[in-house]
Amino acid sequence: MRREIPLAITIFVGFLLIFSVFFPPVEDLGENFSLFFDIIAVFAFFLGGGNLVRIHGKKLLKRKPDWAFSIVTLVGFFLMLAAGLFKIGNPGDISSNVTAEGSLFAIMYDNIFKPLGATMYALLAFFVASASYRAFRAKNREATILLSAAFVILLGSTPLGALLTSWMPDSLSILEIPNLAVWILSSPNLAGQRAIIIGIGLGVVSMSLRLILGVERSYLGDEGA
Amino acid sequence: MSRTGIVVFLVVCVLFVVSWVVKAGTGDPEGHYIRDGFLVTFAAFLTLAIMSFMYKDNPYYKFAEHLFVGVSAAYWMCLAFWSTLVGNLVPRISERLSNAFMVPHQPGEYNFFFYIPVILGILLLMRLSPKGGWISRWPLAFIVGTTAGLNFVRYLRSDFINQINSTFLPLAVDWQGFGHFFSNLSLNATGQFVAMFGNCVIFFGVLCGVIYFFFSKEHTGWFGRASRVGIWVLMITFGASFGYTVMGRISLLVGRLTFLLRDWLGIAS
Amino acid sequence: MWNGHIWGMKVHNLGVILVLLVIGSGLLWLLARALRGKEVDRRVIFAFIFVSVAAPLLITMTFTFRATPIVEAVFDKIESLPPGSHVLISYDFDPAMAPEVQPMANVLTRHALVRNHKVIFMCLFATGQGQLNVTLRDVIAADFPDKLDGIDYVNLGYKAGNEGVLNVIVSDFKKMFPTDVNTVPFDSIELLDGIKSCKDLDLVISIGGGLPGLKEWILFVGDPGGVPTAGGVAAVVAPQLYPYYPRQLLGLLGGVKGAAEYESHFRERYPQFDDMPTPAIIMMGPQTIAHIVIMSFIVIGNILYFRERRKGRRV
Repeated sequence: MRREIPLAITIFVGFLLIFSVFFPPVEDLGENFSLFFDIIAVFAFFLGGGNLVRIHGKKLLKRKPDWAFSIVTLVGFFLMLAAGLFKIGNPGDISSNVTAEGSLFAIMYDNIFKPLGATMYALLAFFVASASYRAFRAKNREATILLSAAFVILLGSTPLGALLTSWMPDSLSILEIPNLAVWILSSPNLAGQRAIIIGIGLGVVSMSLRLILGVERSYLGDEGA
Repeated sequence: MSRTGIVVFLVVCVLFVVSWVVKAGTGDPEGHYIRDGFLVTFAAFLTLAIMSFMYKDNPYYKFAEHLFVGVSAAYWMCLAFWSTLVGNLVPRISERLSNAFMVPHQPGEYNFFFYIPVILGILLLMRLSPKGGWISRWPLAFIVGTTAGLNFVRYLRSDFINQINSTFLPLAVDWQGFGHFFSNLSLNATGQFVAMFGNCVIFFGVLCGVIYFFFSKEHTGWFGRASRVGIWVLMITFGASFGYTVMGRISLLVGRLTFLLRDWLGIAS
Repeated sequence: MWNGHIWGMKVHNLGVILVLLVIGSGLLWLLARALRGKEVDRRVIFAFIFVSVAAPLLITMTFTFRATPIVEAVFDKIESLPPGSHVLISYDFDPAMAPEVQPMANVLTRHALVRNHKVIFMCLFATGQGQLNVTLRDVIAADFPDKLDGIDYVNLGYKAGNEGVLNVIVSDFKKMFPTDVNTVPFDSIELLDGIKSCKDLDLVISIGGGLPGLKEWILFVGDPGGVPTAGGVAAVVAPQLYPYYPRQLLGLLGGVKGAAEYESHFRERYPQFDDMPTPAIIMMGPQTIAHIVIMSFIVIGNILYFRERRKGRRV
């Protein structure tokens, strides 16, 4: 039962959603199953939150290294949760927008979540710069092609590219760096990306088929073996 | 904590208070200027705390990182709860709950089948229990089945059939004979030659790219040469991606520095 | 203070020359070290990039951009739709992507509203709802105070489920969004009269860069529903979406450059918005300097590499 029921669910739901594309009478059922999926996704968020509390709670209780920072995580989590679930400071009633301006939830989003999330990714600019200096070498023909394309795109996406080659006659305008950058993106880049997309597309289709036919069972863990 | 650590902590505290006072002092006297001063200062502190990682890992970075994890998990949970659970599920399973949450309940909207995702959702939460973890595979199977069913047709249509369809482009664009072609031959960006050359690059580029990904035949002879061209096309693709990645990452840094220099320090326009 | 033009850029003070001098001399120092075969600490590189992004923010550099065909296609589509057309803008991004894509969301909303289109906002990212507040405040409340919620625009908010949401709205909008974000019932919203599914929309625009994003809109709504789909995405994913253009994707704003092109084009076409905020155009100043620095890093790094390789051969 631990293996058969999940397999049956996957096969049934998978086939039904495929049929719903081809048979309009099943379309409504397909939509409902998508809605079920959306509702289960909410429980997946709860699972994530629960897991976070469990892990940091354990770390705190067992006084593991950096346990004090787990207090920060838990305080932040519960404060944001309370602000959102109870709509603290919300200018409207319980039916109003949870992210309404002026609510504690919106204030925490704007002043805690936003700066933290944005800065976390902004750090990547430093690492990209460091990698450019240390790792981006024209070691062979392939690396040189990559480097040249990157140079044209880097120059072409700033006004500098236009300034450098604006003297070109109209009959050679494809060699102007911004035009060349556009051409690279819309011709060789398109071809390369399309080859990748076709490959990934085929991979997704075959994996979906393996899942629906019950051939692929790794998601069941040990039970699926 | 070391003596240096204590000194740094005290300096940070002093700077925080100074910033708070200054920002509150320059705020709108009719608004929440003390609160707003604190909030801008706190946001700036968090920004700098994350950036301090560039020097080395430190307690300020760890504080900010841990806060981010907690706050973001709760944010997504709250939004999902109000928008989907209350917005889509409650009116379909209970009129009383709909009234409690003040969401409109249409007569005839009740649908018994919507208890299925509730049950599956609760089973998913069983993953938190050490012994009941196995039963969480039922909702997982539902998620896997739905994803596979949804993706199968869409990827086949959009990423396979339509992509191949879009690759068959005319290799001769606006063809009016050789005479016209050679008399108008130029490297103009919108000219006939560039358009034809572009289409050739797309057609043969995709073909060679796909050949490179085909591993069931040894890459020798003409097949190997086509695969080699495929690598070059892919290298140009990766180069273009690198160029755009640099642009993207720099933009994010500009965003944060704009906040620090304009919204916090007020020295940028 | 000196106002003038350098290389066709409008420069409001001498700061830009100072910035170029500082960064230029720094790069020369780096080159000299490379020629002597000396390594540089990674923090020096970090400091370089920090200065080259921060310094241009302290001075004002204004550029004008010519819209590329892929950006112009989005502009022309919004322009060509008759007033009162239904345009859906989906906020599928988080604060991490916001510096790049928020300017796109703002200018596209401004364009749709100035053309008197009916704008439907929704989000596939929970954070999109927070970012949408920025547009509501900075664009609608600031520039279009006469536009009414429910009549000229509506905020449907966020729904969990990624592709699951799209699979429902492609055939039934109300099933997924029984109310708007303020719990106003779907049937009472005047703007949504006659909208049964995405197939009834005149244009769908996804602003994002992650998953779910524009690709999912094409796969689950654009292609199956035959809905004109356009988008604005973070630069990282922009090259990956070119294969869908122009058959499956109407047009695309890629990264901050795409946003700057759109802002330029919009201002040119609507001079009454000449003094509107143009964050993307402003960002192109630091962007240009940073690109020069990164290209210089690549060149200096390669000089270092070839020097070492030649030395290795001699040995």
